[in-house]
Formats: sequence, structure tokens, C-alpha cells
Amino acid sequence: MRATRFYSAFGLAFVLAWVLTAGIPGFTAEVHAAVDVFDFETAEQEQRFRELSNEFRCPMCQNANLSSSPGGVAADLRREIYRMIMEGQTDQQIEEFMLARYGDFILYRPRLTMQTVLLWFGPLLFLVIGIWVAYSIMRRSGRESPEATSSLSGDEEARLKALLAQKKNGASDKA
Amino acid sequence: MKRLKLYLPVAGFAVLAIFMWRGLYLDSRTLPSVLLDRPLPEFELRTLEAGDRLVTREDLPDEPFILNIWGSYCLPCLQENPIFMAAREANVIPIIGVNYKDTDDAAREWLDDNGNPFTMSIVDDTGRYGIDLGVYGAPETFIVDAQGVIRYKHIGVIDYQVWDDEIMPVVAAVQAEARS
Repeated sequence: MRATRFYSAFGLAFVLAWVLTAGIPGFTAEVHAAVDVFDFETAEQEQRFRELSNEFRCPMCQNANLSSSPGGVAADLRREIYRMIMEGQTDQQIEEFMLARYGDFILYRPRLTMQTVLLWFGPLLFLVIGIWVAYSIMRRSGRESPEATSSLSGDEEARLKALLAQKKNGASDKA
Repeated sequence: MKRLKLYLPVAGFAVLAIFMWRGLYLDSRTLPSVLLDRPLPEFELRTLEAGDRLVTREDLPDEPFILNIWGSYCLPCLQENPIFMAAREANVIPIIGVNYKDTDDAAREWLDDNGNPFTMSIVDDTGRYGIDLGVYGAPETFIVDAQGVIRYKHIGVIDYQVWDDEIMPVVAAVQAEARS
């Protein structure tokens, strides 16, 4: 009983730690490779360029973003991002440009659509199920002792009541 | 009821196992093209054949054709070349090349050495047109119908099996469509 409670608490702590750290930037390792040199007019443009090329996924080397990929297409796409930033296009327009050519795949952060609902909220669903299971286990183990007394048969229970009543009467007689 | 509950983890495992088993056989390399059933993107580019004259979509065949992204540096392109050569000799379907991120000299030399199956080779030395096509590396092959709409895309090398099982059925279908 104590063991189950310990494990559920431990599991809950683990899940919480995981949820909390997943959102912290820097906790997930990021690799930056400054391959090409672009001239920007403002620091803000450079910042946007860096953010955008981190945001898009390289279509050729599938587990790298555009900024860390040495692939030929990645370099071309970085050049396109640079061109569009210098032309004064918005982040939204640049994303649409990428989506029209490479599809949802290019986004590391998938859009919320009917097809990606499970992807977005699946983990939350599993977390809720896990909490529910842990909760019901903890509640059951807390209730265990009163349940144990009620496992007497009807006859036994009647006898127990009679005995208790007898004892009570005896006690009051003495007083 | 309580007994059934005991099997819940096993059932969960079974569902997970089925999904993962299927996942083993999914091909994550070939991405679905968003350009399917869309018109071929516009372009204005040189060709290897016509010197400085720029060609556009207007210069492409009015009938269905194959658009093949190739480069002299690309080994799989060498592998699919005999298939395209045979297709050209048998007049199966016109094949347009897009010489992707290559130099003209290297490209011409490659065609001299290995044979030229292309009606023409559009020069995309910067790779800019490749981006419009959603290309991520040579070879890639598109089938375009008589209306200039992309109907099929194959990523990677075309071997005889791919040619017979994937390319030819689509080619036959779009050609039948064009005739009717």
C-alpha cells in the first residue's frame, strides 16, 4: 500500500519534471552552424533570419533545421529567407512561401489542423489518463482499511453488532 | 469485469505495437508533394541547347511529358539514363530535363558521354526553380499532363521496376486522357 503510493508520487513528479523542462529553450540541444554570411541592415532583420532558419526543417536531411543543415537545398532556402526578409516580407508570408512548396513537412512546429489535433493534444490526453489512473489507485489504497471490515458475511456482521451492543450495555451497567 | 480490467495494459500494448509495426514500413524519406494537381510553376530560364534564349512554360510540349531533375554530379541520374534513352527511342513520352545546380560545361559533357534523352534541358543553375518545384535533390521526376498540371512525382532514382510499376501506368493514363 505504501509502495503504490510512493510509486504514483514518483511517477507524477517525473511527468511534471518532463513537462516543465520540455518548454525551456536551451534544454533541447540546438546546434547553430554559421555557414553563410549575409549582410543585414538592422539587428532585427538578423534576429528574424536566425529565428526563421531555426524554425524550418531541412527537406533533405530530415532531422536538422535550416540553420544547422549543410545540405544544398538548406543553403538555397536560407538564401530565399534572406531575400524575402530584405524585401520586407512578413514572417507569415515567408512561412506561406515555404508551405506552398514543401508542405507541412517544412515546419518543425506543425500547424493545428484536423490531422494534427492528436499530435498536439495527444500528450495532454495521456497525461490526463495517467493522472486519473494514479488518482484512482491512491484513492483505493486509502480506502482499503474500511473495506476490509465489510468483508464479513451477513451472519457474522449481525453477530458482531450483537457483541458490540452487549459490550456497550455491560459497560453502561457498570457505571 | 474486474478480470477484464487486468487485460487493459495488454490491449494498450497491442495497439501501440500495431502502430509501431506499421511505422517500420512507412517511407519517411519520400515526402508527399504539395504540388500534385497544381500547374507547373512558372519559369523563365535558359536551356543547354538554345544559348541565351529564355524559355517559359509556353515552350513546353502541349502533350503530356516527363520533367526530370538531373545533374552531372548525380550518380542515380546516371542509373536512370538508359531507361530514359530507351523511352526516347521508342517515342514513349517527351522528357524535359531540368539541369539542377550544375554547370553548363559539366552538363554538356555528361550528355555527350552518356546520351541525351531530353527534348531540352532547362538550366536551373541557382536551384531557384527547384525551390518552386519543392525539389530537395536530384533526381526527382514529375509527370505533367497536357494541361500543364503536375500529376505525379517520384523522388529518387527510377529503376526498371519503378518505371514499369509507377511511372508507366500514370503516363498511360494521362496520355489516354489527352487523346479523349
